[in-house]
Amino acid sequence: MIVVGAGHNGLVAACYLARAGLDVLVLERNSYVGGAAVSRRLYDGFTYSNCSYVCSLLRTEIIRALELPRYGLQIIPYEGGCTLMRGGGHLALYDNHDALRREISRHSRRDAESYDRFVRDMLRHCRFIKPLLLREPPDPTSWRARDLKELLWLGRHFHKLGEARLYDTLRFWTMSCADLLDEYFESEIVKAHMAGSSIIGTALGPRSPGTAYVLLHHYMGSIDGTVGAWGFARGGMGAITQALAASLTASGGTVRSDAPVEQILVKHGRAQGVVLAGGEEIRARTVVSNLDVRRTFLETMDPRHLPGEFLEQVRRFKIRGSSGKLNIALDGLPRFPAIPQGAPCIRGDMHVTDTIDMLERAYDDWKEGRWSAAPYLDMLIPSQIDPTMAPHGKHYMSVFVQYCPYRLADGPWTPQKRQAFGDTVIDTIAQHSPDFRNLILHAEIRTPQDIETEVGLTEGNIFQGELTFDQLLFNRPIPGYAQYRAPVAGMYMCGASTHPGGGVMGAPGANAARAILTDLKGPKPA
Amino acid sequence: MSAAPRRAYDCIVVGGGHNGLTCAAYLARGRRSVLVLEAGAQVGGAAVTREFAPGFRVSACAHLLHAPAAVLRELALSAHGLKLAPGALTTLALAPDGAHLPLAAPGDWPAGAGRDAQAHEAYQARLARLAAALRPLLDVAPPRLANSSWAERAALGGLALRLRALGRRDLRELLRIGGMCVQDLLDEHFESPLVKGALAFDAVLGTNYGPRSPGTVFTLLYRLAAGGGAGLAQPLGGLGALSEALAGAARAAGAEIRTTAAVQRILVREDRAVGVVLESGEELAAGAVISSADPKTTFLRLLGTEHLDTGFVRRIVNLRSRGLAAKVHLALDDLPQFTGVAPAALAGRLLVAPSPEYLERAFNHAKYRECSAAPMLEITMPTLADPALAPPGGQVLSVIAQYAPYDLAGGWEAGRQRFTDLVIDTLERFAPGLRARVRGAQLLAPPDIEREFRISGGHWHHAELALDQFFMLRPVPGAAAYRAPVGGLFLCGAGCHPGGGVLGLAGRNAARQVLKEAA
Repeated sequence: MIVVGAGHNGLVAACYLARAGLDVLVLERNSYVGGAAVSRRLYDGFTYSNCSYVCSLLRTEIIRALELPRYGLQIIPYEGGCTLMRGGGHLALYDNHDALRREISRHSRRDAESYDRFVRDMLRHCRFIKPLLLREPPDPTSWRARDLKELLWLGRHFHKLGEARLYDTLRFWTMSCADLLDEYFESEIVKAHMAGSSIIGTALGPRSPGTAYVLLHHYMGSIDGTVGAWGFARGGMGAITQALAASLTASGGTVRSDAPVEQILVKHGRAQGVVLAGGEEIRARTVVSNLDVRRTFLETMDPRHLPGEFLEQVRRFKIRGSSGKLNIALDGLPRFPAIPQGAPCIRGDMHVTDTIDMLERAYDDWKEGRWSAAPYLDMLIPSQIDPTMAPHGKHYMSVFVQYCPYRLADGPWTPQKRQAFGDTVIDTIAQHSPDFRNLILHAEIRTPQDIETEVGLTEGNIFQGELTFDQLLFNRPIPGYAQYRAPVAGMYMCGASTHPGGGVMGAPGANAARAILTDLKGPKPA
Repeated sequence: MSAAPRRAYDCIVVGGGHNGLTCAAYLARGRRSVLVLEAGAQVGGAAVTREFAPGFRVSACAHLLHAPAAVLRELALSAHGLKLAPGALTTLALAPDGAHLPLAAPGDWPAGAGRDAQAHEAYQARLARLAAALRPLLDVAPPRLANSSWAERAALGGLALRLRALGRRDLRELLRIGGMCVQDLLDEHFESPLVKGALAFDAVLGTNYGPRSPGTVFTLLYRLAAGGGAGLAQPLGGLGALSEALAGAARAAGAEIRTTAAVQRILVREDRAVGVVLESGEELAAGAVISSADPKTTFLRLLGTEHLDTGFVRRIVNLRSRGLAAKVHLALDDLPQFTGVAPAALAGRLLVAPSPEYLERAFNHAKYRECSAAPMLEITMPTLADPALAPPGGQVLSVIAQYAPYDLAGGWEAGRQRFTDLVIDTLERFAPGLRARVRGAQLLAPPDIEREFRISGGHWHHAELALDQFFMLRPVPGAAAYRAPVGGLFLCGAGCHPGGGVLGLAGRNAARQVLKEAA
């Protein structure tokens, strides 16, 4: 049993398979495991979570089943967050309900009232969708008992909502985040704050239908059962994949790094194993790919082994680079005059934006092949809570940037352009923090292209594929192939390209493992 | 308040728009005594022919017809004087470089577009198949998803089976592209920006979307399904002629139609609609009140929120109905010379949509309550098929221009002249010398449409056409089956399923619903 790619989903799948007593080998092309969930020491004394940067979506079921805490995983929840406005205003979100209410009514009494209704509805949508995450999406076009049974279950699950809720859910899945928020809030800053997570990682604007779902995708998280809570993994995001790797070794699996897979071997329509760069051949009855579908089928397989129509759909699968990242080593804690002294929100995630329009304009830049002139930023300083991230008194800051295109309209990326992109971001932050620029010791600037080159995510898309209607549930990744099984016998997909998609969630890995074990139990696929 | 006046009619239809008239005709044919109340001096609502410059007449709002054959046949509209311009309406996509593209059979495509021509054939065929499968959805009242009767469940099952009958490949494609943005779909099939622009045009026309907005493939399929394959047509005498024919059909079936009879409010007694009060103060009683006015007008103005629960009111208030399409009418003293366009093509539809990017940029402005700097245009010249609309030698140019948002920043009084000029300049680029021929020009921006045709928001679909405002969600959950939450009150306007465009289907479905339920 070979798993290609030691990203968190690959490792999760491997863990489940190893625990089922199978002999599992995970092959990673980089010298370190983790894929996009890593802690890197790129500047002395500092640890960067240089791709993914917060933890929440990781399914509790998985944490328990794989005993991750026992292997060193510790998630520290952080409190609230805030949005910084141009001109010094701010909106903070506190965990303390009364404080939060007071804060929102500063901007609009009405919105403070609506907020509870909003959260209640969002949580209801989460509760509805959660059971779907760890299930195999049924193929609505098939007559197989398994699919019909699953469809029936889905139908019942829907029906349980009751009529009114049912319609709300349908609307929610198809509407734009801006329209959704307009139904609750009047204050621009409140809307803008909420809208942030509806665009993170997607090539859509807050006014694009379907972004309400993306918003939910980021709400689905939970820490020790607290729905919607977010936290840091102690030691950076790498701690998650380290714990997974440890759990894997403990149950008899092996991870081999510096082992880039060049090709997946197929004979007589059956996966045979893989060939590494350098020619070494490793045989296995089952091959599981953690890579996104484009990479898996277009770059590591011989097209002759795949149905033409399938290949066509793979080429059509939309993976769009839209996000950049800055990892900054700071000589001290930057001041943000807008934030009241001692407010906990500086320890949470800080956003920079003013209005929905501003987010939408940032998206317009992306459409034209430019990075956003006024980007949306999601900033965190984990070293305030987790001392292992930076030397005493110094701080590590993670800055997620939306939007940044994979392809620029004015020709390929160059070091100069990357620098210019970085400066745009730093200038934006400096507008809100006078001493920020002087504190910078080192800054790693990552464009979608850098992320692709280092992590191997096509176009550097953090979800391994857009989260749009045409690529969700039974459409993800390819209609008819949403059940983790590739068109080649003995081969499976376990990356975020598959249902339920990206975020450090682990669900695709767990689902894929389940599919494999079902097949092994059942009659051997011919 | 006086006691309920004596019941005079079985049904009162509020508004004499094409849906109101259609509904009335079907109700009358169902042996109900029907009274139609139209606020304007002529019937037709937004489907009217008006003089906009001395001697020049034009279809004032909607300017093309895609009435499904069924309605035309069942109401025998031709017998009531409706004549359609002969021949199918052609579509020509104007190219800035003069290499215009007729969207017709692959044979007629310019040599350059070889690959796209082939792709277009397959593309059209597949969309037609999918649209045909969706077509039946437009003819039924949306079934309830829960607490539904066995009949409704059967209907729902029937729909599901019909979709399944598409076969695996088409069904998968439908489920894949149904929520997709039209730009992605077109990129999958075509190379030429002009082809993509022209095909994207129909997907975004009359919507609050650009080609990159998910859900625009759906709006395209909706249009195809609505057209029922027959495509678009131009009634002789403008769309007013259609309304006249509908009125004729309604009267012939026994319906009574009163014009300049504006309804002030709907009478409610013991939580039941029992009639209406006219602005004149006159009270009219009926067993059922059917409103073809848009949902906001119906519920917030005519009915009054005191008769509704807050949740429902919130839904109505949140209903998106901001118009983005403006109408521009030009009175010309001679035929304009469109560079490289054969005179025959002028009788059809001309599109200014050179590329999807052009449309997307046009849409960008709408998001920020601005008019498109370079608008997309649908141009027709009704006078070519119907010279009677203009004085001898004169021509009428009727243009739909997008995007022109209802809530224009700075207001329309300031923006009006600028936008009119912008549209004429855009036309001038394709038809040099056109400006010199203009004898009169009229702009109907969404606020004008709101005022003149009493459609709040000035949106010709009454409520935006979008996945989250369609079928059992249209206009809002709780009123989707043409049935208001108040007894005896029904809806039959474009705000209901299946929506606007000159279809008459909402009126037809509503009539069926009323005949089923109301005495």
